Amino acid sequence: MSVGDYIRNSQIWKSVFRHPAPTDRRNRVVVMLTNFFLHLHPVSIKQQGIALSYTWCMGGITFFLFLVEAITGVLLMFYYRPTLDWAFYDIQALRDVQTLGIMREIHRWGAHAMVITVWLHMYRVFLTGSYKPPREFNWVIGVLLLVLTLLLSFTGYLLPWDQLAIWAITVGSNMAKATPFLGVEGPGFQVFNTSGYELITNASDAKFLLLGGRFVGEATLNRFYILHCVAIPLVVSLLIAIHFWRVRKDGGISQPL
Amino acid sequence: MLNAHPDLTASVLIGLGWYYLLMFLMNLAWTVRSYRDDGEYSNGIPRAAVWAVYSSILMMVSAYHFTYPPEGFLISMPSWFRDPFDRYFSNPVLFFVLSILGYWAMIALREWWTKPRVAWVLLNISLLFMGLSLTDYDFRQIVGKPDNVPIVAMLFIVAFCTWIYFSRAVDNDRRIAEGRPLFEQENNEKVLVWPDLVYTELICMVVLTAVLIFWGIALKAPLEEPGSSVKTPNPSKAPWYFLGLQEMLVYFDPWLAGVVLPSIILGGLMAVPYIDFNKRGNGYYSFKERAFAVSTFLFGFLPLWVALIVLGTFLRGPNWNFFGIYEYWDVHKVEAANNVNLSEFFWDGLGTGVPKGTTLDRILLREFPGILLIIGYFAVLPPIMGVTILRTYFARMGVLRFLVFSNLILWMAILPIKMLLRWAFSLKYIVGIPEWFFNI
Repeated sequence: MSVGDYIRNSQIWKSVFRHPAPTDRRNRVVVMLTNFFLHLHPVSIKQQGIALSYTWCMGGITFFLFLVEAITGVLLMFYYRPTLDWAFYDIQALRDVQTLGIMREIHRWGAHAMVITVWLHMYRVFLTGSYKPPREFNWVIGVLLLVLTLLLSFTGYLLPWDQLAIWAITVGSNMAKATPFLGVEGPGFQVFNTSGYELITNASDAKFLLLGGRFVGEATLNRFYILHCVAIPLVVSLLIAIHFWRVRKDGGISQPL
Repeated sequence: MLNAHPDLTASVLIGLGWYYLLMFLMNLAWTVRSYRDDGEYSNGIPRAAVWAVYSSILMMVSAYHFTYPPEGFLISMPSWFRDPFDRYFSNPVLFFVLSILGYWAMIALREWWTKPRVAWVLLNISLLFMGLSLTDYDFRQIVGKPDNVPIVAMLFIVAFCTWIYFSRAVDNDRRIAEGRPLFEQENNEKVLVWPDLVYTELICMVVLTAVLIFWGIALKAPLEEPGSSVKTPNPSKAPWYFLGLQEMLVYFDPWLAGVVLPSIILGGLMAVPYIDFNKRGNGYYSFKERAFAVSTFLFGFLPLWVALIVLGTFLRGPNWNFFGIYEYWDVHKVEAANNVNLSEFFWDGLGTGVPKGTTLDRILLREFPGILLIIGYFAVLPPIMGVTILRTYFARMGVLRFLVFSNLILWMAILPIKMLLRWAFSLKYIVGIPEWFFNI
């Protein structure tokens, strides 16, 4: 008996994989049903539904990039300190001296790529009419995931704390100042500032809420760090789970009716 | 004298050498394909001969880049092209008009440009244009910025995806017209997910990981000077995917460009499945079966989103002025902007002068032409469209659905309309009430 067979017949191996290797039809079905990671998929599927020229694989690539971002992101969190004293210099050290500093490059390029693949996934879904009944609501979840992807990228943009970062966030967050009713330079905010009370000021408006201050500063860095590393990823994970679940429940990958 | 901004350096030539080598390999593969499939001319010469000649020229060009020094190098973007291009073709009006024309041609000529040979020629032309442009210093400064590289890649990928869509759609439209089954319905047996799908996914993940690592080694992520709230960079730009929105700031105030319009884009996207009542075209590529829906979406995505990102990223320099792709980003470039509000047009046209005063009635009197226009646009136009040009839609959608649909279309049209008004009449605001931050 070879070493491979010995391992595959051991109690440990069999406790992990509850069936023989998926080399025949029966076990290829069983593996899809018993493996936690594979059970997202159906057991069998229409050939044209998985053709690359049909799906472009963009949804799957987006999910894979999300995982890459999560893994490289966690590694970066071990090193990076979100304070005005350290943020920039930690990133600089990652770039210039730190072993595995390439994690930052992969994280940033993966983020750019993810924005693009989300768009392309949406592009394909629209062009094949796959948002039509019964998949309407999954399209809505997809739009929410698009927004959250952009917000993830936007909040992450600030963290290196270089000129590029703080001014891009300044430009972006200046928009919040002009929110109708809720920003100090937005139309209609005066309705909250009648009869002597000033509800909407530059220390209480939408921009202040976003930045945690009147300018991009220490509080903003902390706020964006939490949003980027914890809050938004949690929501995204939940929505991805629902998105995948609904793909299956709404009839699997789209095909001509 | 030493030129601080040389168009050609040794490392640029080496890089371009690899670029043309890649083009050579691509065209070599294409030549093989052509030799196998394309047949012969009437005199017996294979059609692939043209591609063979082209490929070998590319190989020689590549070798020339690898071996010759920058001094006296012959291949570069000629100045008789560069200078007129910057002078006459570089303004936002022409850029936008051309992108609309390109959009129209893409749909009207879809049967022509989706032919593989035509598409391949177009790809080669754009790659040659790109390669020649890279010999220009200022072009490299913009396109070669690490953060901008993904945008260039995105342009080629979006073009490729659009090509796939149109070639599949043209094919399916033809099949439907001839009563044949759809492409998606042929060879559509059920297969097991293991191995047919999981292996595709595995290969995809391996390739992507390799691409990301290679990309990370080849291009360092940007890191500028430490952030300082007193040193304002010029231009200050939002992250690249928001530059379409930032470009809208030229035509609209922040409350519209930065808050209302993005919200409407997202709300409109979510509303799409609920206002598209067309049952056909579900689960396969087609154009004729849903021409309106697809044209509208492509209009929103290509000229209004992707093209504006390109405009905002590559063509907007200091003070948000427009710069040609071969132009130096001069901080002192001055563009005269003398824009006029609708109220001034109206009251000056009457000869009475603009009403003065900041009380409510004076402001409303001053701005009533614009206010009427806006109310007419969003409240009166939809019912009129409902009984005229969009009557069939109204009949099938019902009141509520139709009002949402027509207002979304009108919101989408507001950007090109405002652009046209700005360019044609230097119109600043249709309704301009800076007292309340309410400018449209």
